[in-house]
Amino acid sequence: MTLAKRIIPCLDVDKGRVVKGVNFLNIRDAGDPIEIAKRYDDEGADEITMLDITASHETRDTTYKTVENIASQVFIPLTVGGGVRKIEDIKKLLRSGADKVSINTAAVENPDFVKEAADKFGSQCIVVAVDAKLKEDSSSSWEVVTYGGRNRTGIDVQEWTTQVADYGAGEILLTSMDRDGTKEGFDNELVFQVSSSIDIPVIASGGVGNLQHLIDGIQIGGAEAVLAASIFHFSEFTIQEAKDAMKDSGIVVRA
Amino acid sequence: MTQVVVIDYGMGNLHSVSKAIQAVSSSESIVISSNTDVIKAADKIVFPGVGAIKDCMEAFSVDLRETVLEEIDKKPTLAICVGMQMLLKSSEENGGVDCFDILDGKVTKINASKEIKVPHMGWNRVKFLKEHDLLENIPDSSFFYFVHSYCCSSSEDALTETTHGESFISCLAKDNIFAVQFHPEKSQDMGLELYRNFLNWNI
Repeated sequence: MTLAKRIIPCLDVDKGRVVKGVNFLNIRDAGDPIEIAKRYDDEGADEITMLDITASHETRDTTYKTVENIASQVFIPLTVGGGVRKIEDIKKLLRSGADKVSINTAAVENPDFVKEAADKFGSQCIVVAVDAKLKEDSSSSWEVVTYGGRNRTGIDVQEWTTQVADYGAGEILLTSMDRDGTKEGFDNELVFQVSSSIDIPVIASGGVGNLQHLIDGIQIGGAEAVLAASIFHFSEFTIQEAKDAMKDSGIVVRA
Repeated sequence: MTQVVVIDYGMGNLHSVSKAIQAVSSSESIVISSNTDVIKAADKIVFPGVGAIKDCMEAFSVDLRETVLEEIDKKPTLAICVGMQMLLKSSEENGGVDCFDILDGKVTKINASKEIKVPHMGWNRVKFLKEHDLLENIPDSSFFYFVHSYCCSSSEDALTETTHGESFISCLAKDNIFAVQFHPEKSQDMGLELYRNFLNWNI
């Protein structure tokens, strides 16, 4: 098997600037999304994900412009998510140059939206983003949460990811909201539960603080790809260092 | 001035294909068009495809189909992803679809499992079976970016192969046609090199 495991730096973008906070508090400004995307491309990132975390819809045009600028300079796949609620939103993002679009809350509120989007644009460009938290009475089952983790839906993560895979999602972006921003590593039990129960690729997200965490996401969690934000933004590690570490552990990466 | 046309039959985003060609172009004019006169006047053809193959095949009007088939028959042509699949004999996607039957081979579903995920999504190695002008300056077994759930597993026109569970054909070539399953426009330096070779390709 020669399909390489992917490293995906994530840009959390608010009003056209890259930011990354700890559990959405203490947001630090990390810079211009286009410059950062280019740097990641040069360093050998396998894809780039951009999440628009701007709360209001007034700045959507800024988002489309940012997507267009990144896409015209970076020749690796670009996934865009955040606030995607309608077929029209997907169409606009794809037209702006996104290769994949990630759907989160809108899928939870209306699962048929996933089906409709996959039928219309193809599974290859529909990513379902799943934010997960341990259930309150459990240490081995997780539920889907929305609104940045504030709203517990009671939907079981394993059942949900199986359902959206059936509905035509091409990939799952799985974020542990218990770990996001903590730098304690991925919740690999969660990642493994999902990756071992569905046939579509799973991207592990939430909690990366060092390079061993990336390796664990693949070797323990069984993820096809690992996503991280802050360790790359603040130049704690370069993408190349991450790849070298993964390669040394026996993981196939694109050099 | 050499004119390259990216054929627009209403499926998917062609922006990234034309941007990538522009990035390596020195003097060529690159247009995205569905206009049959523009396609007839062009020197080279890029034939992309994204999404479900049935929708792609049905997106062609009778006129456009006739023009495209005539021009592909004689001009340097680069077909990408579903565009590649459309040049084969048939596909089993969408309950079975007859394709243009220009290249040898059929399109079948990739077998999925918990280990072999489908879509086949990400960077994989392209192993050369033969030499070709469009592979110049690209090392054997370089990584390219793939995203697809169907593939062609054998063809008389096979040029390279890639393994995801089982081996499949990742590039096909015949006369003036070069067809790839991966996305050169998403394959960074190696992909740009392939576009550069296409622009320099004389047959």
